[in-house]
Amino acid sequence: MSLLRELYQEVILDHNKNPRNFRVMEGATKHVEGYNPLCGDHYTIFVKMDGDVISDVSFQGAGCAISKSSASVMTSLLKGKTKEEAEQMFNHFHKLVKGELNAEENLETLGKLAAFAGVSEFPARVKCASLAWHTLQAALHDDAQTVSTE
Amino acid sequence: MEIASATYIEEKLKAPVPVESCRFHFPLLRRQVNGKPLIYFDNAATSQKPQVVIDAIMRFYHEENSNIHRGVHYLSTKATEAYEEARVKAQKFINARSIEEVIYVRGTTEAINLVAATYGRKNVNEGDEVLISAMEHHSNIVPWQILCEEKKAILRVIPMNDDGELLLDEYDRLLNDRTKMVCLAHISNALGTINPVKRMIATARARGIPVLIDGAQALPHIKVDMQDLDCDFYAFSSHKMFGPTGVGVLYGKKELLSAMPPYQGGGDMIKSVTFEKTAYNDLPYKFEAGTPNIEGAIGLGAAIDYMKRMDLDAVAAYEHELLTYATTQLLEISGLRIIGTAKEKASVISFVLEGIHPHDIGTILDYEGIAIRTGHHCAQPVMQRFGVPATARASFAFYNTKEEVDVLVKAIHKVKEVLG
Repeated sequence: MSLLRELYQEVILDHNKNPRNFRVMEGATKHVEGYNPLCGDHYTIFVKMDGDVISDVSFQGAGCAISKSSASVMTSLLKGKTKEEAEQMFNHFHKLVKGELNAEENLETLGKLAAFAGVSEFPARVKCASLAWHTLQAALHDDAQTVSTE
Repeated sequence: MEIASATYIEEKLKAPVPVESCRFHFPLLRRQVNGKPLIYFDNAATSQKPQVVIDAIMRFYHEENSNIHRGVHYLSTKATEAYEEARVKAQKFINARSIEEVIYVRGTTEAINLVAATYGRKNVNEGDEVLISAMEHHSNIVPWQILCEEKKAILRVIPMNDDGELLLDEYDRLLNDRTKMVCLAHISNALGTINPVKRMIATARARGIPVLIDGAQALPHIKVDMQDLDCDFYAFSSHKMFGPTGVGVLYGKKELLSAMPPYQGGGDMIKSVTFEKTAYNDLPYKFEAGTPNIEGAIGLGAAIDYMKRMDLDAVAAYEHELLTYATTQLLEISGLRIIGTAKEKASVISFVLEGIHPHDIGTILDYEGIAIRTGHHCAQPVMQRFGVPATARASFAFYNTKEEVDVLVKAIHKVKEVLG
């Protein structure tokens, strides 16, 4: 049960049940759809930019506990961050879920993101965890309208 | 240690296999996953292989590997014999009239693409209609979509009810003079529904409309008889019926196959080639360009031999019992809903748990050693019809047991505990 508990940590279960910033945003600078056709996870990420700063970020959609909590945690961390800071966070997160970054040694940098360390033990779930982040990246970079993790 | 004589082994390989003991013939089922005994409930995706199939493929590479047809040397003759013997086994197993009607393909998907690209291209024209059903696998949708787009033809869909049963009145109404082809799943991979294909074939054929049946999910569960069904095309895959991947069969009526243009050009599908003109080979070789999956065909032959040692009526009865048992047990779990509740069903159970995504169910069950499939099962229109993004699907084969179902039920309670 321990590995499972590590995957489904309290933070993840909480954000899955009570997702933060789970709303359609009026007057968003950009919204991008993210889709994982394999499992049907489907979200829209909304961002409002104030110059280079993310002044507001929210999401809507449906999917598994990992993808939903990841989107929720992401939105709760990004408000007020610059594009560059968001990018750095994504880098850390990406390395973490791929098992390339030790959570315990980087607790300070990772903060709440550390809850996703367990994902690296479940390779099939890495895509779920990173869907919202990939979608956000597209929103920040102004490229695609729809992002797919397949 | 005494080595068993060849005759002894051969005799043993002919002995009937009772459904209770077949499990022991599947070596993979003995392994553990995540420290728990494996429970393999993903049979609709692919089946496990009995030792005899694994041995047949090993033996081919140990003793007979060679390219088939045209070779004059000993090994080539042996390989050709084994490859063609497997075709005869398949022909007899599905009761086709002759081996000319049994074409080796890569699998069900290729079989359907072959028919769409040859028969379809020749016979479907602008304004014509191709009729499929609401519960088709993507492989029996997309090839027809491609064809219809190319020909400016129309793809029509037979609807189904909330139990996942096709509406036969609607079907009868949809058939018309523009209908050039009907394409149906024998058994739905996502819902388990066994469609009344014999009746549906008869209706279409009475109007002169050819019918293709996607039999991928049928072969591992029920007897299929081409002459009894009287369909024009029937497609199936070896790997879903305990044989290796990468090989399957397209059955087609000889008169249709003869009139069809070839699918791919290359070696083996020709009689003679000059730069001016090529004469195509006879059936079934006309549709088999290039060096085929020889070991796959031999493995399929071994799988058919194995299935013939089982009493297929007893297998169907056993699987039905397993399905009924699992359905009852699962429905006792609060918040669990089964998608696909047709009266006639194969041992496939698609389900959803209130408030819990199938993907999370899949991960937690895997942790308990249980392999199920989660997702849209390559049937997104089915998911849309039932308003779910995905389902969890447990699909049983004759080697599964009630005890395994009990473990599944316990594990689903655990899912609710972890995520509830």
